Amino acid sequence: MLIRRPPDIKTREITDEPLYWSRREWLARVGLGVAGVALAPELASACGVPEQDDEKLTPFEHVTGYNNFYEFGTGKDDPKANAHTLKPRPWSIQVEGHVKRPATYDIDDLFKGLGVQERVYRLRCVEAWSMVIPWRGYPLAEVIKRLEPGTKAKYVAFTTLLDPRQMPGQRSRVLDWPYVEGLRMDEAMHPLTLLVTGVYGKTLPNQNGAPVRLVVPWKYGFKGIKSIVKMSFVEQEPPTSWNIAAPNEYGFYANVNPTVDHPRWSQQTERRIGELFRRKTMPFNGYADQVASLYAGMDLRKNY
Amino acid sequence: MPRRGTDWVAWAKILVWAGALVPLAVLLWDATHGGLDAEPVKDIQHRTGKTALVLLLITLANTPIRRLTGFGGLIRFRRLTGLFAFCYATVHFTSYLLFDLQFAFGDLAEDVIKRPWITIGFIVFLILLTLAVTSPRSMVRRLGSRRWNSLHRLIYLAAIGTVLHFYLSVKKDVSVPLQFAGLLLVVLGARVAVAVHDRRKRALRPSRDVT
Repeated sequence: MLIRRPPDIKTREITDEPLYWSRREWLARVGLGVAGVALAPELASACGVPEQDDEKLTPFEHVTGYNNFYEFGTGKDDPKANAHTLKPRPWSIQVEGHVKRPATYDIDDLFKGLGVQERVYRLRCVEAWSMVIPWRGYPLAEVIKRLEPGTKAKYVAFTTLLDPRQMPGQRSRVLDWPYVEGLRMDEAMHPLTLLVTGVYGKTLPNQNGAPVRLVVPWKYGFKGIKSIVKMSFVEQEPPTSWNIAAPNEYGFYANVNPTVDHPRWSQQTERRIGELFRRKTMPFNGYADQVASLYAGMDLRKNY
Repeated sequence: MPRRGTDWVAWAKILVWAGALVPLAVLLWDATHGGLDAEPVKDIQHRTGKTALVLLLITLANTPIRRLTGFGGLIRFRRLTGLFAFCYATVHFTSYLLFDLQFAFGDLAEDVIKRPWITIGFIVFLILLTLAVTSPRSMVRRLGSRRWNSLHRLIYLAAIGTVLHFYLSVKKDVSVPLQFAGLLLVVLGARVAVAVHDRRKRALRPSRDVT
């Protein structure tokens, strides 16, 4: 197999759950002001958050109440109001393409035996707002290794559920349904890339993409496809929903990049949910150390 | 002096003031009681922008409604609703200057030059500013009513520009901007109908009647 193994994630990026919660409590007690940051850089980085900033977790009510999930409406509060019609169990995921073990897997079988992980990641929406979210899930790489993709598998394509009865927003033609997304194989295998099944230590709420969604923290949020029902291992770059909708505004790669503007707004700054003023957007959303090498030699202005 | 006439105007003006200030009062209440959404700045901008547009449409509807109903007293409220539209547009623009740009005027210039929807919004604001400054009666006298009238026709451009600005700012779901575009078409259509009607009536009369 020609799958390039990415450099191992630093162990300090990964925190097991009880430790994560005790640290969170400790951080909360210390407070995340200037003093907190000075005292706790080790702990902050242990949670996957770089130490230079006072990056507080975005409150649960915003993480689960302010969402882009057009399958339930185009307003930010629509998903929370409408997603109760989604049935996240039983749920199966179809695996197809250049892979040794194509089949339709029950979601619980797909993850059985894998250790669930807690990761605090920044989420940067292409609309220039951002959050800090404690996800829970499984590295996509571990799932992919189980499925044993072949050498022709250069990309992984993902598909969201298509069912207007469960997802009433699909009755409107605002996007081409079902939602589709994709990653290059090395991006999919990167240790930061997660299949997420929970948030804030709880099962993932429907409006956040239950029962399983993708989280790729160095890319704009729309790459994080929700309510996944299919994974295809393919040779060609797969089509992606927002790129189909507006190719000059949304690319396949969609790496967070402050130097490449969206045609209608600057990407140099972002508004962290809960803050009044904007802060600077970091290249690759602050994960450049871990992922910039994936794009060495590529023109990121063209491959936006 | 027709005392009775001015009495009802005074009362009605109080009502217009109260009505026009309701959205601002709700906004201030929500801002101080956690009622804005997770992105409060966007919420402020969306609300004030929509209110400004609604007031602009009400201002534009003044003449057609007056002509269709024959209720001439309505003209007394046109300047008031127009100035309130300007007030909301000012809050809208100021919140962008303050919270998005932190008064970095270089960034404003970049936005205005690079992004058509902001270019349009900025021009609309300049138009509304001009109309507000020239709205007092003393300015009508100073400019002469003919020149004042042609200057204030810019409000049509401002209204069309506002709807376009709204439409271009939306990511994908343009249904609300399209609803406003529909309302604008109705108002402009009524205005055109009134103008055509006037012209015909004038054409039927001897030319010396033209004023």
